[in-house]
Amino acid sequence: MAVVYQKSTGLTDVEMHYCPGCTHGVIHKLVADALVELDLLDNTVGVAPVGCSVFAYNYFNCDMHEAAHGRAPAVATGIKRVLPDNTVFTYQGDGDLAAIGTAEVIHAAMRGESITTIFVNNAIYGMTGGQMAPTTLVGQKATTAPLGRDQAHYGQPLHMAEMIGLIGGAAYSTRVTVVDMPNMMKARNAIKKAFQMQREKKGFTFVEVLSTCPTNWGLTPVQSLSWVKDTMMQEFPLGVFKDIDKKE
Amino acid sequence: MASRVTFNQDRCKGCSLCTVVCPKNIIFLDRTITNRRGYHPATVEDMAACIGCANCARMCPDSVITVERNIEEEKTT
Repeated sequence: MAVVYQKSTGLTDVEMHYCPGCTHGVIHKLVADALVELDLLDNTVGVAPVGCSVFAYNYFNCDMHEAAHGRAPAVATGIKRVLPDNTVFTYQGDGDLAAIGTAEVIHAAMRGESITTIFVNNAIYGMTGGQMAPTTLVGQKATTAPLGRDQAHYGQPLHMAEMIGLIGGAAYSTRVTVVDMPNMMKARNAIKKAFQMQREKKGFTFVEVLSTCPTNWGLTPVQSLSWVKDTMMQEFPLGVFKDIDKKE
Repeated sequence: MASRVTFNQDRCKGCSLCTVVCPKNIIFLDRTITNRRGYHPATVEDMAACIGCANCARMCPDSVITVERNIEEEKTT
């Protein structure tokens, strides 16, 4: 019998604390698999955010650093400049990256820092109890928007992948998801490509992954997958918003 | 047996994401077992029907699934 799939060596044996059915675990696996496949694991430094994935430093089997809320791209910038031959990535949620840390990620992209940001967008603040995030859809219920997000009062969701795609220093910006097998394969390739482009020192690389939050959405894990496909993907279209390889 | 799926049932959180990506619909939550975390873990009874595609293992957020395939047997049949 040959092993077709087993737990990635890019992940430690620590049990993940995520809620049942949260796709953070799937995205962790894709990042870990990409690092293993590209043989980068031993020379990689990851930066963990604040939010649900704050304990990511316990799960990735590479060197990890914890940053203050939203400041992961700034910390990663420092690490990358001191260790330019290492692969450096940040792993951030939408409360971290699209709210308190918007300035840091935009300026890291502007400077064209040779780092990779994995942005996990589940349209809600997960860890703190389901409050409205900048990425919450219009009409979506949250604990701080019990009647749903009111556009007149709170505006419209922030589209990070499109924003990063407009910045000169960004080499690659894409939005993917992991809610079904074909999309998971695309997400896997996108993350791998981002790390490859970082190795080639092409600039800032950004992969937004649409993820689920069954607990705070009030849905089962299986219903959450459908909600991403039927509702979230209407607001956040998948696609590549910048790829300097394609232009050349 | 062409393929084998093994579940680290102690770590399964019973989210059932593996059950919906299985093309053969052979994975189910075993209601007769409650693991140490209090969840009903995923399991397979009809292992002969497994094609070893590993969709379940790729989808599992907690990496509790290992998939093996008998490649030698596939070559000879």
